[in-house]
Amino acid sequence: MRRASGALGGRGADVALEVQIEKKLRDFRLDLSFTAGEVPLSILGPSGSGKTMLLRCIAGLERPDRGIISLNGRVLTDATRRIQVPARERRVGMLFQHYALFPHRTIGENISFGLSALPRDERLRRVADLLARTHITGIENRYPQEVSGGEQQRAALARALAIEPEALLLDEPLSALDTHLRSQMEVQLQETFATFRRPSLLVTHNIEEAYRLGEQMMVLSKGRIAAFGLKDTIFRSPPNLEVARLTGCKNFSRARAISSDTIEALDWNCTLQMGHPIGCSPAYVGIRAHHIEFIDPSQSGAAKQNVFPCWVSRSSETPFRVTLYLSLYRPPRPPGEHYLQAEVFKEKWKGFRNRPEPLPVRLPPEALFLLPE
Amino acid sequence: MNHVDLSPVWISLATSATATVLTLVAGLSAAVWRARRSGQILAIVDGLFLLPLVLPPTVVGFFLLLLFGRNGPLGKLLNHLGATVVFSWPATVIAAAVVAFPLMYLTARGALEQVDTHFLQAARTLGASEWRVFREIALPLAWPGVLAGTILSFARALGEFGATLMVAGNIPGRTATIPIAIYFAVEADDIRAALVWCLIDVVISLALLGGLYYWTNAQGLGRARWARR
Repeated sequence: MRRASGALGGRGADVALEVQIEKKLRDFRLDLSFTAGEVPLSILGPSGSGKTMLLRCIAGLERPDRGIISLNGRVLTDATRRIQVPARERRVGMLFQHYALFPHRTIGENISFGLSALPRDERLRRVADLLARTHITGIENRYPQEVSGGEQQRAALARALAIEPEALLLDEPLSALDTHLRSQMEVQLQETFATFRRPSLLVTHNIEEAYRLGEQMMVLSKGRIAAFGLKDTIFRSPPNLEVARLTGCKNFSRARAISSDTIEALDWNCTLQMGHPIGCSPAYVGIRAHHIEFIDPSQSGAAKQNVFPCWVSRSSETPFRVTLYLSLYRPPRPPGEHYLQAEVFKEKWKGFRNRPEPLPVRLPPEALFLLPE
Repeated sequence: MNHVDLSPVWISLATSATATVLTLVAGLSAAVWRARRSGQILAIVDGLFLLPLVLPPTVVGFFLLLLFGRNGPLGKLLNHLGATVVFSWPATVIAAAVVAFPLMYLTARGALEQVDTHFLQAARTLGASEWRVFREIALPLAWPGVLAGTILSFARALGEFGATLMVAGNIPGRTATIPIAIYFAVEADDIRAALVWCLIDVVISLALLGGLYYWTNAQGLGRARWARR
């Protein structure tokens, strides 16, 4: 079995979460093997790819059918030896998707729930410290329903950190927050990760969240690891079509190598110059929507490579950007036409939307990536 | 009716109170054990637990008589220990508790199953033992339901007649509860006595309901902050 492993080591092999599990789920098999070190790992995958189940197995809330989970050398689960350390003894902090703050206890009581073994003075001191670290000092006497969603989230984080966990698991931590609170909470999580420096796993189906919060990234698909590594590597050169899709790439075409550095993109109806020599025979070529450039023909010295005439079939707007569906070399002929999706800022679009078609469009060689079958 | 024997009032209250405590413990334990389990066998267990609710009280009383009678399995055992249950005050308690049990079990189980499992799991990841998870999270969150079950059980125990008559009989001053006193007063054609007992029963019931209302409201005040939604 291929084992995904953290490229960034950390404090040696001891500070690590090692997971190698199999579990039969309703629609597929969860079959994962990876090691997470002290840098935050974001786990990206569509709904129902097994992300949450993975976290629940690590937390001890579910039992895998086969495999081993160990944390800093401590065995938490070993199916062959029938070891299943109960959740309460794992020292794994878990942040639930909807926070799961106890509704009958105040924020302060929620945070101190895991500190019941400590003397009162020490407990209060710790709670005050956690409130300060999560920037919610002052709400400790209120009930969860009486504070905002963002404060609930911070309280849940403080509660998970209270037990001084050896690993932190976050299940879709930002999905229930609105855009404004989301970016504030991202800052909070980045702050927390910076001081925590222990295995932190963050599950999400939001590509931007996964990118911003993780240093390493794991892409899950139907219970299997589709990609694992540094996030930039995964985004720049996805290992396969699935990962390219899951990381938000929208443009793919079947491809055929013509020479050592040119390919024919069959679905896009064009021949492309590649940035680097082509390795083994590629099956697909891809480009991210925002990498497609519109060229101003009046400007001299504009790049000539990979420039094609295009017709805009339709456009779809978001507040600041616009997505354009392009057809190369000929006006669009519905239906079933393969379009290229280009994403540009609206200001830019305003500048050339009234020019006569076809518009020159460029697919920069350095932005193209090839994918195997 | 010159001299009124008030013993049925005390017997009724003592029986209902004791039976309610027994039912609360047994019903809650059964509900905790049953909640979140599933399986074919449990359907049979459920059937057994709910049987006293469906069967006529006389049938329940008859089974209790078979069980606790001189030749019954439990009766023999108790006889060895020098105790007789049938036709004694404990028999009124047993009859009332058995008949009230399904109400407690059903409401408590429903309330426990309604508690969001994420709360329980969160408590576990925070290092809480199963007992602490139950006492500090599951029970407080299920408390309104458990309280409702307790009230229902008490009311049912207070009104118990058929099973009580079968296993405890009508021994004035020992097993004669208010419902039994009413029945025998009517049978003896003492309509006045029957009416007095009926009125006393109404007063007790109203007083209890009023007290419970007041108490649950007082309880509610402390919880309103989190139970509002």
